[in-house]
Amino acid sequence: MAIIEVVPSSLEAGLEAAMPTGVDYASIRYSETRTEEIAVRNGVVEPVRTATDGGVMISVWAGGGFGYAATSDLSARGLAEAAARARHWAEATAGRGLVEFPPLQHQVGTYVSPVTSPWDVTSLADRVAILIGADAAMDIDDRIVDRVAGLSRADTDSLILTSGGGRIEQSIRNTYPSLRATANDGANTQMRTLGRGAYVGQGGQEVLTRFGFGDESAAQVATEAIELLEAPNAPTGTMDLVLAPDQMILQIHESIGHPLELDRILGDERNYAGTSFVNLDMFGSYQYGSELLNVTFDPTVEGQLASYGFDDEGTAAEKRYLIRDGILERPLGGTVSQHRAGIEGVANSRACSWNRPPIDRMANLNIEAGDQSEAELIAGVENGVYMATNNSWSIDDSRNKFQFGCEYARVITDGELGPVVRNPGYRGISATFWRSLNGVGGSETSLAMGTPNCGKGEPNQVIGTGHASPTCRFSQIEVFGGDS
Amino acid sequence: MSDTTHTYFNELATWATSRLKGDEVLTAWLSGENSDFVRFNQGLVRQAGSVRQRHLTIDLIAGDRHVEGSVGLAQEPAIDRARVSTMLDSLREQLRLVPADPYLSYATEVVSTELTEPGSAPDPKAVIDEVQAAATDRDLVGIYASGNVFNGFANSLGQRNWYEASTFNLDWSFYLRDDKAVKNGYAGRNWDSAAFNAKAESAASQLEALARPEIDLKPDGYRVYLTPTAMTEFFTLMAWDAFGVRSHRTKQTPLLRMVTEGVELSPTVTITEDNASGLVPDFQAQGFTRPSAIPLITGGAYSDTLVSPRSALEYGVETNGADMYEEAESITMAAGELPTAKVLETLGTGLYIGNLWYLNYSDRSACRTTGMTRFATFWVEGGEIVAPAKVLRFDDTLYNLLGDNLVGLTDEAETMLDPDTYHRRSSSSFRLPGAVVDDMRFTL
Repeated sequence: MAIIEVVPSSLEAGLEAAMPTGVDYASIRYSETRTEEIAVRNGVVEPVRTATDGGVMISVWAGGGFGYAATSDLSARGLAEAAARARHWAEATAGRGLVEFPPLQHQVGTYVSPVTSPWDVTSLADRVAILIGADAAMDIDDRIVDRVAGLSRADTDSLILTSGGGRIEQSIRNTYPSLRATANDGANTQMRTLGRGAYVGQGGQEVLTRFGFGDESAAQVATEAIELLEAPNAPTGTMDLVLAPDQMILQIHESIGHPLELDRILGDERNYAGTSFVNLDMFGSYQYGSELLNVTFDPTVEGQLASYGFDDEGTAAEKRYLIRDGILERPLGGTVSQHRAGIEGVANSRACSWNRPPIDRMANLNIEAGDQSEAELIAGVENGVYMATNNSWSIDDSRNKFQFGCEYARVITDGELGPVVRNPGYRGISATFWRSLNGVGGSETSLAMGTPNCGKGEPNQVIGTGHASPTCRFSQIEVFGGDS
Repeated sequence: MSDTTHTYFNELATWATSRLKGDEVLTAWLSGENSDFVRFNQGLVRQAGSVRQRHLTIDLIAGDRHVEGSVGLAQEPAIDRARVSTMLDSLREQLRLVPADPYLSYATEVVSTELTEPGSAPDPKAVIDEVQAAATDRDLVGIYASGNVFNGFANSLGQRNWYEASTFNLDWSFYLRDDKAVKNGYAGRNWDSAAFNAKAESAASQLEALARPEIDLKPDGYRVYLTPTAMTEFFTLMAWDAFGVRSHRTKQTPLLRMVTEGVELSPTVTITEDNASGLVPDFQAQGFTRPSAIPLITGGAYSDTLVSPRSALEYGVETNGADMYEEAESITMAAGELPTAKVLETLGTGLYIGNLWYLNYSDRSACRTTGMTRFATFWVEGGEIVAPAKVLRFDDTLYNLLGDNLVGLTDEAETMLDPDTYHRRSSSSFRLPGAVVDDMRFTL
């Protein structure tokens, strides 16, 4: 077991002292996130921003009621008040609640993000220098009207204590590099980025290496922005579609991840994030996609954005197949949702911070690699388009009718990549789209990325989710270009 | 609690000022809330709890260099002074390592203000009683949020600003089946049981129309009526980056054609950032105050932009107190001349769209937007509701919707408080009319 101390022993003693007693179950979840945001824009270093956000959520199940109270006041008085408020809410909701007392666990364990090259050994000036170089590398043409190179970090330490002796410590280190070049000519503006914020993950400086962040990739981003400015609009019609990993992640996120969230299926999100076209009867038999589709929930992938050892209800995380050979097997539902639905799920009950209660979330939701090279995938297309890097996403509230746009595309003709085209988009219906999957790239085409800002829940929460995907090919999809 | 927090913030800022060295200057921004949240599903409580949070952001300035730090507060002097002291030491270390900022800007003219907008939300337990009573034999899902949100500004030059509002916002839906529901909201400062019950009964009566067999419309162009609630979705999307001077000068605004080609919307379209009628503070994080209103689009033509202090220096224009992201937070759209009571008659045959959902740009430079219909959307013939419609995807440009194809705006505008609770309860609001539009393009 790794030895970490995410909170000072004096604070932990204070947390233990505040644990509500005489209840069915109680937990105290402390977390502190320290962030640093650096950016260089058009040669100017933007104000460096650091933040430390720490607090606790105390949760109580008692007499059939449930309540929580969150506070940034970690004094003995503040913790005692929070414990009393949580207990008050449990009493107030007893007999009025939707959920019966679930079989929550009292686990003991730790998780620590793997970091091979810590940021601590670099100075702020060194980190700024990296961005000054990348920003300058994008300054290739007068038509590049805006450039931004960014580097953010978030270190989160958390401790969950439960009334039954549970104690979970987790220490997560995330790195978020970004590049964006904006090119303009009259009423035509084209933006090109390094993965549109998806080239993120756990780790230190090695995350930059993992995604090829640097002067070379910056120059390529700017070069492609100019290419797009000069390109014609994407074609319109029904044709084959090859999606790069940095578009696949949004396709997975919106049309597999969200519809499989068990709390959506149970109706919790109907007033806000929406419902799902999936129902409980579909698990075990529903043909979600072609037999090439294999989707796993896997918080154990080293270095991926949403890896962890335990979810925020204290359930140990394991890799599970959600879709195997195209057949839907299990939902994304944590202990509470599983208890409500009477169906097995995964350890995915997560909160975005100390100030929000856990809800069902994606963690790392990945498409397992196939066996085709990217060249083979392209070679199998007579008339189609290759699209990369998401820049627009929209889907209906039951997660069926979707429309996505990408930053970059190339026409495919007779098995070969052709000219660059701009403003590419496609639309479809989740329930049929995945059945048109007819080619899955091998592991050499796959990339583990993430979506840092997934919104959901009431009260609202924004959280990072991880997605890995190889390049994939779909047959006969409705594709279109833009008006500008 | 509020007076205590206000006084506490001012005292902490004064103490932090006493810790400055040499020519250092600081600005301090407090953001916080005391909120109660009750989440409902099937008319029962799904999750209920409270959140007490305060975040202090300090910009430490020395000459033309500065760095910014933020820390959570306990509202205990010993704890918070230690946190602020540690943060100031860290910021001083960082200051040595950053270059001069040519766009550093903060208010140097001391303008102190104070505004507290009290409210009287009932005990949440009483709200649970009322909501559950309204949900009897109905499938109610949604969230009740209440309490006070506050912002404070202080600087070492002596300026002090405080804004606080106590509000509630019940954002809920009555579900009939599957995705067929009526969404409603009840928000304000003073809870009125009769007003809530009237809204609940009104929403329930709309369920009767949803019970009819639904119609599955083919992708095509349809005449539509967009309710004020549906209209908020367009402005929620555009509020992010359509109106800021930075997005205009860097050609990233979705209103690019208005800027570069002089394209105009219908002359009936006038859009304003109406700070005076909104719920946002009249000051911002660098200490600049905001004018009561900023005209964004006037008579269909591009008028003005939101300018942060930073952008003001970058582009050589005057700031109008916008925040760093230059987002619109209090958008109002002037009402038109269509009688609100006769919108179905004006619509004639077409789609009554109660809500839109998940809008995004399908071609940003052309302000082409896609999104879905949601909740109460009906097919109307001869001015009468015929049937609920299956969800449809639209994909159309603002220049069509609020330009060539705009039939008219209703003569009444509706005020809607943003129910968003990301990070903390939102202070944004909208005041918008409904719109009748010809030939709105639906694609899926």
